[in-house]
Amino acid sequence: MSDTSTPDQQAPEPGTALETAGPIPDPGLPAHTWRPTDVDPAKERRAERQVAALFGLSALCTVAFLVAYFTLDVGDDWHVVGGFGASSMALGVTLGLALMLIGIGVIHWARKLMGDHEIVEMRHSARSSDEDREGTLQALDDGLEESGIGRRPLIRNSLLGAVGLLGLPAVVLLRDLGPLPGKKLYHTIWGDGTADAPMRIVRDGIWTPILASDLEIGDLVNCQPDALMNPQRYGIDPSEVEGVNLQVHKSKASLVLLRMDPGDIIPGKAADGGSRDNWTVDGIVAYSKICTHVGCPISLNERTTHHLLCPCHQSTFDLADSGKVVFGPAGRPLPQLPIKVDEQGYLVARSDFDEPVGPSFWERDYYER
Amino acid sequence: MRLLNRTAGRLSRHRRGPLAGLLVLVLGLLLTGGLYAVLAPAQADNTDQDNAALVKEGRELFLVGCAFCHGQNGEGILTQGGSQYGPALTDVGAAAVDFQVGTGRMPMAVPGSQAPRKKVVYNDKEIEALAAYVASLGTGPAVPDADLYDTSSPGDLNGDGTEDEKDRDLLVTRGSQIFLANCTACHNFEGSGGAMPRGGFAPKIRGVDSKHIYEAMLTGPQSMDTFSDGNIPPEDKKAVIAYLETLDKSPSYSGFTFGGLGPVSEGIIAWLCGLGLLVGFAVWIAAHTTRTSKQKDEA
Repeated sequence: MSDTSTPDQQAPEPGTALETAGPIPDPGLPAHTWRPTDVDPAKERRAERQVAALFGLSALCTVAFLVAYFTLDVGDDWHVVGGFGASSMALGVTLGLALMLIGIGVIHWARKLMGDHEIVEMRHSARSSDEDREGTLQALDDGLEESGIGRRPLIRNSLLGAVGLLGLPAVVLLRDLGPLPGKKLYHTIWGDGTADAPMRIVRDGIWTPILASDLEIGDLVNCQPDALMNPQRYGIDPSEVEGVNLQVHKSKASLVLLRMDPGDIIPGKAADGGSRDNWTVDGIVAYSKICTHVGCPISLNERTTHHLLCPCHQSTFDLADSGKVVFGPAGRPLPQLPIKVDEQGYLVARSDFDEPVGPSFWERDYYER
Repeated sequence: MRLLNRTAGRLSRHRRGPLAGLLVLVLGLLLTGGLYAVLAPAQADNTDQDNAALVKEGRELFLVGCAFCHGQNGEGILTQGGSQYGPALTDVGAAAVDFQVGTGRMPMAVPGSQAPRKKVVYNDKEIEALAAYVASLGTGPAVPDADLYDTSSPGDLNGDGTEDEKDRDLLVTRGSQIFLANCTACHNFEGSGGAMPRGGFAPKIRGVDSKHIYEAMLTGPQSMDTFSDGNIPPEDKKAVIAYLETLDKSPSYSGFTFGGLGPVSEGIIAWLCGLGLLVGFAVWIAAHTTRTSKQKDEA
């Protein structure tokens, strides 16, 4: 192995040499051609007026926006033009035009009047010069020296302590995410009610109780517990179902109830291993309306297949088969609510759900209910 | 003739007007007709006969247009694999026929996951006959009376003794609550419809005849759940219809709805049309600048 390179043939370091003569000669820039506005003063003045007119139109639109804002009614009695809310349309159109006309004006200005000479700008090396690099390092060193941070440990340490302590507010603010839900996630407001008032199932929205004998095969009802509207009847403090609490209870207790041919129902097992046979009333079944995937409320039921579809991620549950997942990302069957009828024939809950409703959570299986 | 006239003239001592005879004739006919209508014994039998004729006519239409899928006696037909080719019609009632045939969904052009709404092929008389025949096969809801879905008579809901605009407002509010709780899941909050499993879809229900909305709730067409009178009582069905009518009448306050399908259509319009327009405009700006062959005399 012999070294063939000689000192004067040494290849330059990559990236530092400038290739001056290549195999193809540089054709240079094409000759500059002029625009009509460059050579004809009349056209130049015309373009100038056009740009000014565009800006002027924009100003008019802004004024129209202000006028529309103050004159068009959006209260109880909307101004309506052509089937649209006049205010929304007028505000959108005028503000949109006001902004767009400024843009169009600027572009027109640039294309017709601003200089458009082609300019060649050569690339330069990305590396700073050695003097600049040394100068920067020197300035940094000088600064450190003058601040005396190395010589004054008291200042340095107290600064470090103060900045370090700033992490604490961030941690403490996390507390606002709490308090921890405790066992709230394991239970809903459903229950067996009191001795003389078993908890009725009522229609969502209109809050009427449901006679089991009224429902026909194929009927679907979206339901809520009567306790949300009549808490005292079930010995529940009314403040428990007010404001935010009402929404929380409603979102957990939402129910979808349907009647199918009793012969279609496949016998299932409860969480404690018992049977679900007495959880239904003549083919009427009740399931949580909250998807076990990420908690969307679902009631897209196919009467012919008893498949309940979640519109969010297409999880599909078979309501004839204990809410089993037949398609999609949900990991658990829909919880079923055990139901019966009271003395007057109204549908009531036997108990709460026997498992937590809605999506899974970390500690779901770690604690006893 | 002369003799007759002379005899009549002699018998009557009063002069008669020229129209008196005609008047007597008309009165006589009316009396006879009225008496017949009141006293005729065969009134009920007559309707039965009419109905029997209607059922017979319906059966003939059924055998031609429906029996191929639903069976010669509406018993339904299963495929070899055991799935349903045409469902049994023994207990669907007249309302289901009036809906399916009256909206053109039946007869289906091709078997498929969903019968879409299309041009109605039977006339009203034929639909009535088909409905009468299918109703005669078993139980099921009848075609609803017009006053059940006539929302111009909401009833005295606020109990002030009159039936006015305030009652209608109450009806619409109640209808919205029922609609949002029970219908929006599939039919969308604006009634624009939506997708369902296995290629099916919940159809758009805006601008649909009130009778057909009522019948759809009552019978649960195809894979829709039923909302029988025990589930949603007739007056609440009327409320839902009133709400849908109000939706149809309200202007779209904030501009175009793009079908009311939510973020899907809005996103498509914004990305394809909005952004596409901007990109196209930018390309056009860069590509075109008018040039001239004249030279500027650089002073």
